[in-house]
Amino acid sequence: MGVGIEVINLNAWYGNNHTLQDINLHIPANHATALIGPSGCGKSTFVRCLNRMHETNPIGRVTGTVRIGGLDIYQDANPVEIRRRVGMVFQRPNPFPTMSIYDNVAAGLKLNGYSNRRSLDEIVERSLRRSALWDEVKDDLKKKSGASLSGGQQQRLCIARALAVDPEVLLMDEPASALDPVSTSKIEDLVFQLKSQYTIVIVTHNMQQAARVAEKTGFFLNGRMVEFDSTHKIFTNPSDKRTEDYITGRFG
Amino acid sequence: MLNSEVESEPRAGLKPSPGQNPETAAAPEVSPVRGFLLSRGNSAIADAGFRWLMVFSGLSIFGIVGLIVWQLALRSQLSWQKFGFSFFYRSYVDSVTHQRIFWDPVSGHFSALPFIYGTLVSSFLALLISVPLAVGLAIFLTEMCPQALRGALAFLTELLAAIPSVIYGLWGIFVLVPLLRVYVNPFLIRWLGWTGLFSGDNPTGLGFLAAGVILAIMILPIISSLTREVMTAVPQSQREAVLALGATRWEMIRMGVLRNARVGMMGAIILGLGRALGETMAVTMVIGNTPEIHASLLSNGSSMAAVIANEFTEAVSDMHLSALIEIGLALFIVTVIVNALAQLLMWAVTRGAPATAR
Repeated sequence: MGVGIEVINLNAWYGNNHTLQDINLHIPANHATALIGPSGCGKSTFVRCLNRMHETNPIGRVTGTVRIGGLDIYQDANPVEIRRRVGMVFQRPNPFPTMSIYDNVAAGLKLNGYSNRRSLDEIVERSLRRSALWDEVKDDLKKKSGASLSGGQQQRLCIARALAVDPEVLLMDEPASALDPVSTSKIEDLVFQLKSQYTIVIVTHNMQQAARVAEKTGFFLNGRMVEFDSTHKIFTNPSDKRTEDYITGRFG
Repeated sequence: MLNSEVESEPRAGLKPSPGQNPETAAAPEVSPVRGFLLSRGNSAIADAGFRWLMVFSGLSIFGIVGLIVWQLALRSQLSWQKFGFSFFYRSYVDSVTHQRIFWDPVSGHFSALPFIYGTLVSSFLALLISVPLAVGLAIFLTEMCPQALRGALAFLTELLAAIPSVIYGLWGIFVLVPLLRVYVNPFLIRWLGWTGLFSGDNPTGLGFLAAGVILAIMILPIISSLTREVMTAVPQSQREAVLALGATRWEMIRMGVLRNARVGMMGAIILGLGRALGETMAVTMVIGNTPEIHASLLSNGSSMAAVIANEFTEAVSDMHLSALIEIGLALFIVTVIVNALAQLLMWAVTRGAPATAR
């Protein structure tokens, strides 16, 4: 089951570039939350702060508080622990090309020393079913490499890989932007199904996608969060002029 | 090949030649660009010339390798006719000293066995020492080295490759060998003597171990710089994928970097091995140049390249010369076999997985 995320006064830098400025919001548990905004507005940086990936960049720096299920991830935990609890799916599908499909899904568990073969089989199957890939790959789980799949299948494989470690939060950084429309709609269906069990934060610059999958939507602009509200309100009656300009296509 | 020529023929004929171009005459205002392009004429001839030049470059490799093998085989006829295949394993036990003799130019006994042994032992010893060090260096340089130190370290590593091998040999004689003799060898004999690999009473400090260490240093730059190259080529997204699963730094390097780079790393190791097998000067200076076979790494030995360099100018009998050339041929064959085995190993390791990360 997912947990909520509390973000208080979050600031982030790339070198001298102040990419995120004073972000405050509450992301509800077991819902999908979409983050929209023009390119370079900081929405990707924001999700990378939620699993402490931002600081893996040598010039990245973060201040502020992020609580995931009550745990202050910058004070009370190390990055490795956090990333075991917070799964992430990236913009470009990045399966491990030298591993079979099975090993790709099991990678996170094997990494942490999980070696019970039978339950590993079950977890791999369950994760692939949840990511709606099982029927397409069940016959060559151990024969085919993760890189032999199509782009859309690779992305669902990456989702299965993230789900296999049973995360409490699933971060998705523009998961469909490198995919064709059919694969995109499969990913969206998936988000729709998964959000009852996981807290999902999805970055997208496709506004229809945000409207279709998310209950809550945040609008980012120039490193600040302009507005955060229910998706319905954002898209029908935004309180900020800039949000309205963006969703009506006046810029971005 | 034929097709393209047939096709290009009519085109060349249709192409208006400069000067008598009807279009140029009809339209007085020809733009400079159009005029230039029309004046270029038929480029198919130059293209054909280029192709033959490239074909020649490619085929010349066959010629060069063929000539080398032919000459080696031709000039080693004498010893091949006398010893046949037994050249590679024969030996006899001296009736007076009861020692096994492999190579004695004075009495006309020749065998390549101790030299093949010496070459293989010193080369694999070099790999054993060099590979962990080189891979560690490459990991440090690509994954954890502060930016300021990176350039300097990489430069120093490359510098090692630029030092002439005779300098390595001198350093070996004056620094490494005394060091081994006084400190390392007694320690190895005392604590690891029971393995049988470190025994004997060689008072010089020369031998397989000295040669292996020198070779290890010499092949370190090639292995580490190639390994560094393939590690740098692993996409950042692979590292992030592993990190996002909750990996520590070492786990990230193992799963995200080394796994993706292993094919290239094998290539780097093979190149290093190739250099170690053929290395002559430095090895000659520290291996001891004794045509004997001992299990102990501390005893004197010799290698194929070393015996050729040592005895070629002093060979008096035709048979001696012929035997040395046959050793040269054997070195060539051993190199080919080792490379073939390495390729096989590479197949076995990668087993159909894609060779490169996306």
